[in-house]
Amino acid sequence: MTTRTSNDAFVEFERVQKSYDGETLVVKDLNLTMPKGEFLTMLGPSGSGKTTCLMMLAGFETATHGEIKLDGRPINNIPPHKRGIGMVFQNYALFPHMTIAENLSFPLEVRNIGKSDREAKIKRALDMVEMGAFGGRRPAQLSGGQQQRVALARALVFEPELVLMDEPLGALDKQLREKMQFEITRLAHDLGITVVYVTHDQTEALTMSDRVAVFNDGVIQQLAPPDELYEQPANSFVAQFIGENNTLEGEVQEIRDGIAVVRLDDGELIDCKPVNVSRPGERTRVSIRPERVEFNKSRLKAGAHTLKAEVMEFIYMGDIFRTRVRVAGNDEFIIKTRNAPDQVRLEPGAQIEIGWLPEDCRALDA
Amino acid sequence: MTDIAQPLTTADGKPLKGALLRAQARARRRAFLLVLPLLAFILITFVFPIGQMLYRSVYNDGFTWHEDVTSGDRTPIMTNLATWFEANPPGTEPDEAAFAALAADLVTLRDLKAPGQAGTRINYELSGSRSMFTKAARSAKKLEPPYKEAILELDKDWGNPELWQAMRGASSSYTTNFYLAAIDRERDASGSVTMVPENRQVYVKLFTRTLSLSLLITFLTFILAYPIAHLLATLPLRHSNLLMILVLLPFWTSLLVRTTSWMVLLQSQGVLNDTLVGLGILGDDGRLQLMYNRAGTVISMTHILLPFMVLPLYSVMRMINPSYVRAARSLGATSWTAFRRIYFPQTVPGIGAGALLVFILAVGYYITPALVGGADGQLISNLIAFHMQKSLNWSLAAALAALLLAGVLLLYWLYDRLIGIDNLKLG
Ligand SMILES: Nc1ncnc2c1ncn2[C@@H]1O[C@H](COP(=O)(O)OP(=O)(O)OP(=O)(O)O)[C@@H](O)[C@H]1O
Ligand SMILES: [Mg+2]
Repeated sequence: MTTRTSNDAFVEFERVQKSYDGETLVVKDLNLTMPKGEFLTMLGPSGSGKTTCLMMLAGFETATHGEIKLDGRPINNIPPHKRGIGMVFQNYALFPHMTIAENLSFPLEVRNIGKSDREAKIKRALDMVEMGAFGGRRPAQLSGGQQQRVALARALVFEPELVLMDEPLGALDKQLREKMQFEITRLAHDLGITVVYVTHDQTEALTMSDRVAVFNDGVIQQLAPPDELYEQPANSFVAQFIGENNTLEGEVQEIRDGIAVVRLDDGELIDCKPVNVSRPGERTRVSIRPERVEFNKSRLKAGAHTLKAEVMEFIYMGDIFRTRVRVAGNDEFIIKTRNAPDQVRLEPGAQIEIGWLPEDCRALDA
Repeated sequence: MTDIAQPLTTADGKPLKGALLRAQARARRRAFLLVLPLLAFILITFVFPIGQMLYRSVYNDGFTWHEDVTSGDRTPIMTNLATWFEANPPGTEPDEAAFAALAADLVTLRDLKAPGQAGTRINYELSGSRSMFTKAARSAKKLEPPYKEAILELDKDWGNPELWQAMRGASSSYTTNFYLAAIDRERDASGSVTMVPENRQVYVKLFTRTLSLSLLITFLTFILAYPIAHLLATLPLRHSNLLMILVLLPFWTSLLVRTTSWMVLLQSQGVLNDTLVGLGILGDDGRLQLMYNRAGTVISMTHILLPFMVLPLYSVMRMINPSYVRAARSLGATSWTAFRRIYFPQTVPGIGAGALLVFILAVGYYITPALVGGADGQLISNLIAFHMQKSLNWSLAAALAALLLAGVLLLYWLYDRLIGIDNLKLG
């Protein structure tokens, strides 16, 4: 990732706060800078303030405090129709009394674009989402996926530089969703537009985005590229929220040479990478991804700490095996292994020893 | 795969179609029995009276049949005159034979004690003729040929060609004369249709006034209801419930109470005028006349009919997702353009339903104009009531009502053609 300075920032949130009722803050001290052309996803549990942020950017809600800048210009006092931001709504919001072509024509008409120009742009936008043949239909005569494409085309037809999408694929089935995920990223890339995308779905967030902002309770917990987010979660909320995660609780024993020794609650010692623990005696939650757990001794570093575990359950899932074990008093500990020809299938009741590389085991806040 | 050539059968080998029909027939019978009471109710209280009304508007036997009140016997009357009318075309000068026929019929009338009834029927078309019949019938027995002189001797008005035209029209039970009268037309002495004299032209004027006032009231309710309905549809439930109660409050108070309170408020010595005078906005001699005239009718009816506009509008607006307007705004439309091109078109079915409802109710409204309308705030329904209750010219009342009904049906048809009845959203 290139370093971001505020002079190449396209979208900026500066210390933005938002309250609807004057009592609780829905968005707390939000700071965010996006360069031009970035695909940024806001991911977080329901009610964490994602839509509110999007609405403030689009101009339908005003920030209670702080400043939002677009291309270096503060936009707090600019009405929505002058911001020139394309938006795709969760329910698509296609105008039901207009045909598809009229829907696409609307943003061009309000911009006083001539008829022949309009027609060319509409055709280009519809072709772009492979809906060229449907211009004469009403939204009600289209399937959900087709409506979604039209909504996308409508948000792009007036060539905005910034497009906001609020859970645009939420209503589609899995297969269609995956197809659309691919098409949206392709379009965003081809057109070079900046996208702020909101979703509940972490797979969507990880596969589509340049960077993901994980929201919780009105605060960005971590803003990072997908791989970093997954492999180096900054705190236990992110570790829990993104992907599958094993946690073990304990206390920091000592921190030395970038390694934290943690005494688990049952007395065993393990080596971890200290992420947000700083001093011995602190409570910590240790996070290990299920696919980074190793039980084949030969693949572990010599001298690595290992723990005794008992296999509780073995689940065959086709491409992977999922083994549930009891370790250090936690019997929800998951190990994922690839279904390879030489892979061992663990029988329930078997006693094994498990271990991991210290850098895969992150000591986070408790 | 089933073989298409073979008719499908049920599990026990009976033809599937027959089984299906039998099963459905039972369900249909049951459904029919369930709606039967309603059907009977509608037939008895709606279809039958309207049919009766339409029939009465073209049928009046006041000059053709006499029915004895006690025995119920029906006797034909004015038969001789009817025969003469049949033999001579309209516009023929009544000759001795005609007067002889009239004399004979007057004798029959006198024997049946029915001159009043026949006179009333002619009186509908030519006022002042009822007394001529009763007077002539009293001396009918004493009349001697030549009858023409004898009868003209009684009253020279018997020679009036309009009277003879009126009797010719009434000599048949079936007539369109009441419809003519309802649009200020009549048949002149020669039988052709003409306008009635200017001083008697009331109905067309009243129809026009009813139409224009109803349109005005519909428009006013629309102007007032649209923002209220919008507020109702967008406010949080807590507040919108309260507002809804305020809108519906008029429904829960008696029409008479509401109308009377308008009187208290708006009459020239009423609260509003007193306040304006008290504040010095109006002089004591410049009090506004807001009651007992057209303004009174319009104000009260607008208030009374307002909920009928609010409710359909509300039900339509509630279904409009706010994201449409947001989408329009984000696409670059000003809030006015977003309203005009996105929000408003989606409320049209509600406007149509509300306008149709209010207009139809207003066109037939009776009690409010009767109470607060004064002389020039009366509507056609007040005149219909007048003919039902005071002048007892039921046929004319029926003809007026039938025209009103036809107008409403025409409107309904137009609505269907322009907007489509399946777009109607009533709640
Ligand atoms: N118009 C509003 N008035 C009052 N409170 C609101 C309003 N809109 C949202 N909120 C509150 O603000 C908080 C954040 O809402 P927001 O819609 O931003 O969440 P979100 O992250 O988009 O959730 P979801 O994933 O469910 O869409 C919630 O607690 C919600 O109840
Ligand atoms: Mg949301």
